[in-house]
Amino acid sequence: MDQLSQSTEITYHHEPAEDTSRIWKTFWILLGITVIELGLGLFMYLLPIPAWVDVFIKGVIVILTMAKAFYIVSIFMHLGDEIRNMIMTIALPLLLFIWFIAAFLWDGNEFRTSRNRYDKHFQEQTMKRQIRMGDTSQHSFE
Amino acid sequence: MATTAVAIKNNWWSGGKSPFNVEYGKLMMWYFLISDAFTFGAFLISYGTIRFSQNYWPNPNAVYNAFPGTGHANLPLAFVSLMTFILIFSSVTMVLAVHAGHHNNKKDVVKWLAWTVIGGLAFLACQAWEWTHLITGYHVVLTGNHLDVVGTTVTGNPWGVHIDRAATIADALKNTPHEALVNVVHTQHHDMSHHQLAAMSDDQLRGMLNLAELHVTEKGPVAFGGFFFGITGFHGFHVFSGVIINSIMLIMAQKDVFAKRGHYLMIEKAGLYWHFVDLVWVFVFLCFYLI
Repeated sequence: MDQLSQSTEITYHHEPAEDTSRIWKTFWILLGITVIELGLGLFMYLLPIPAWVDVFIKGVIVILTMAKAFYIVSIFMHLGDEIRNMIMTIALPLLLFIWFIAAFLWDGNEFRTSRNRYDKHFQEQTMKRQIRMGDTSQHSFE
Repeated sequence: MATTAVAIKNNWWSGGKSPFNVEYGKLMMWYFLISDAFTFGAFLISYGTIRFSQNYWPNPNAVYNAFPGTGHANLPLAFVSLMTFILIFSSVTMVLAVHAGHHNNKKDVVKWLAWTVIGGLAFLACQAWEWTHLITGYHVVLTGNHLDVVGTTVTGNPWGVHIDRAATIADALKNTPHEALVNVVHTQHHDMSHHQLAAMSDDQLRGMLNLAELHVTEKGPVAFGGFFFGITGFHGFHVFSGVIINSIMLIMAQKDVFAKRGHYLMIEKAGLYWHFVDLVWVFVFLCFYLI
């Protein structure tokens, strides 16, 4: 007898995997990625590196985090086993985050740049030691 | 047989069956998780916006460098790595419980759910320690023209730029009121109580300070604590409710509720929630500790 016979909503039941090898493999992948992220984080902390390398490493860490998120959602949450239409109803709304992140970080950066340009007191209080890349307000110092 | 299967497969939307081939409750759990993802996303993005609007932001490696039982040893990222491993591992035990449920294996479901609950509780204990350490970890901060002692809270941030100008510190010490001075001295003399120190005169107190060892910083951006405690707190509350849900699943499985029902689909829904908690932590870990 089908073990899921009482759940009439499911037409096809995914044949459950016999062993747990896929789960453990995913665990080791997640563990490995986390260790690499930590290594990169400590690398940034311990070694004096130019600002562009710093930004590059942070970019790599973000991409590694996205890989971790993919493995958790696809394997642990079994979303990869669902039918395509259902995956799309979940994945497509999340694309809003692309605009969301770009727009708001741009806005924060714009606020900082304007404030530095027009509020010299704020700039003197906070800017002396740490200058971020791509800050156009710095030209006024030259 | 084969032709029937193909015919059905091509007509998911012709009625009479779930077009997503998924149980109602599970689909709704997914949609709830999407809304929750946007809530967490909004929090993290607002944190990013504020951070991008500041010229200075504390280095996480300097803030989160403590480990229980190691005193003042500088161990950046060590404790939060432990928390991350605990949560990833509890995610694995959860998916093993779901796997056992697919095979109607009650003994394994109970075993792995119990480990998941233990993992969740361990994570919460770690977070409690970390919060306590940050809130009660006092640091000497230059506030206006005098020194003060503050912990990391939603209104105070001692993680500003390090001050190494001896003259500035000496001036600030002269202006520091008695109570603040007692607190400053106490950071170097843990063996003496506040009561003992308060009985001394200001000059005596200043004389007790080892200025070469005194680490003084400016105030950092005040939003730092609010975002940290707000977002990790909101996540911690999710962990807490996940532990409650998993405990209920554990009791129900133990009492044969699912065995009588003939399937363990409820474990899958609890599992989705628990994995989501792990997923959010991956991003909290990224935004607060790594970059």
